[in-house]
Amino acid sequence: MIRIEGLVKNYGAVEVLRGIDLEVPAGELFAYLGPNGAGKTTTIRILTGQTRLDRGSATLNGFCISREALSAKRQVGYVPQLNNLDRELSVYENMWIHGRLYHMECRTLKQRIPEMLEYVGMADQTAVLGKHLSGGFQRRLMIARALLHEPRILFMDEPTVGLDAGIRRRLWTLIKYIQENGTTIFLTTHYIEEAEFLAQRVAFLDEGRIQVIDSPKNLIARQGTWAIDRFSREHMETLYFNTRAAAESYNDHHDDRHTLRRVNLEDAFLALTGKRVK
Amino acid sequence: MIRGWSAIYLREVFIVRRRLLKLILSWTVQPTLYMVAFGYALGRHVQVEGHTYMEFLLPGLVAMSSMNQSYRIAREINFARFYWHIFEEFQVAPISNTAFVLGEVLAGMTRALMAVGVILLLGAGFGVVLSHNLYFWLALILNSFVFASLAVIVAMVVRTHDDQGMLNNFIITPMAFLGGTFFPLEQLPILAQKILYFLPLTHASKAIRAAAFGQPPDPRSFLILAGVGIFFFVAAVHCVNLARD
Repeated sequence: MIRIEGLVKNYGAVEVLRGIDLEVPAGELFAYLGPNGAGKTTTIRILTGQTRLDRGSATLNGFCISREALSAKRQVGYVPQLNNLDRELSVYENMWIHGRLYHMECRTLKQRIPEMLEYVGMADQTAVLGKHLSGGFQRRLMIARALLHEPRILFMDEPTVGLDAGIRRRLWTLIKYIQENGTTIFLTTHYIEEAEFLAQRVAFLDEGRIQVIDSPKNLIARQGTWAIDRFSREHMETLYFNTRAAAESYNDHHDDRHTLRRVNLEDAFLALTGKRVK
Repeated sequence: MIRGWSAIYLREVFIVRRRLLKLILSWTVQPTLYMVAFGYALGRHVQVEGHTYMEFLLPGLVAMSSMNQSYRIAREINFARFYWHIFEEFQVAPISNTAFVLGEVLAGMTRALMAVGVILLLGAGFGVVLSHNLYFWLALILNSFVFASLAVIVAMVVRTHDDQGMLNNFIITPMAFLGGTFFPLEQLPILAQKILYFLPLTHASKAIRAAAFGQPPDPRSFLILAGVGIFFFVAAVHCVNLARD
């Protein structure tokens, strides 16, 4: 379980987080969305011990990240936004070093590393150097590595950024599978459909504050069911309708350029903040 | 408190193993040039403190090389931190600052000792065989401990790779030339000698040279190196927090 109370972080005069309150129960897949600079990565960096908080508190499975930092860190696996694999080490060596950092016994590692590499479909790549892996395999290895020490909470910061659609979908399946095995997942993403597909609950973060927390289904329902995007030379406008008939009726009475589609999570975010998720 | 240090150390060992040939070549180039240019060509007929210049030079090169190679761990940490983001993996892991610093310092010391091994072999190639007694190795270990610890401080304090290059120019390069490597400090004015007395490399050069010539080394040099090393190590442990924001 993740519990955050009144979390504040400033960088000089810039208030990045202005009092975050949040609770993620054990086993939930939780998505944390917001525009660039909203404070998503800062929140994850604080929770994973990379950045110090200024005010407030946070606990991971009951361990305070400030007072019981090492115990809190043992609960956590982390898949960062940027590739942080050791490029000069092989796949196996990357896993081995990670295991030793988490105080795993050599005997356990010899058994667990092949299992985890099998889990992410990389069992035949143990000797490949980190720098020779494709983007998709780098991501998979980072996930396998983060899960090696059997964390109860997994933080994933933009886990599929820069990957093509096919690999992204494969990783979604993997992420779902990890959560179904009982791991709490805290995910940030730029891909709104990723949050919509994966998350049980979503938080919208903007200007350092959480604007709303709810399930994707409820958030979307707030906006209606159908949307029409109207395009003009100056701007694009979106109109929302509760029924398809109402949307089509609008279509029948206007001949400007527009498209009809289902309402999605980005519409909900846009309505709340006036900004797109980036 | 120090659980996990072996993972940090092991990572550096894996990297050294992978780059071993390149590293040995790089450890060879600079000392060979100094031995050929200063020891063999310029200093062939020069006697210093009752020894040939090559005999005088070699312990100085040992001290300088152990400083350079142990300090070089700063560059490795710097790359891991700013370019490869591997440092994030260490920050997230349940290891203490002490464990991190210990692993990196030991890795720096290992590199230094390996590089010194190469220099001793090169020296033997030039016909200079030093006395490798306990004092020699102790001074060497303390010197590499001092500069590996300093390296971690620098790697944690700097904000960019360029900052580190500038610090090298102000700290390491002057020390390499003025720390008793190439000439006896007694040849300098008294004031300069007093200033240079505060450089750790001065004491390392003195202790290593005395031990290499089979003379009883000055215990103050060992005490100063140990004191400075412990001070730098403790400072390095505190500096790791500076890299957290």
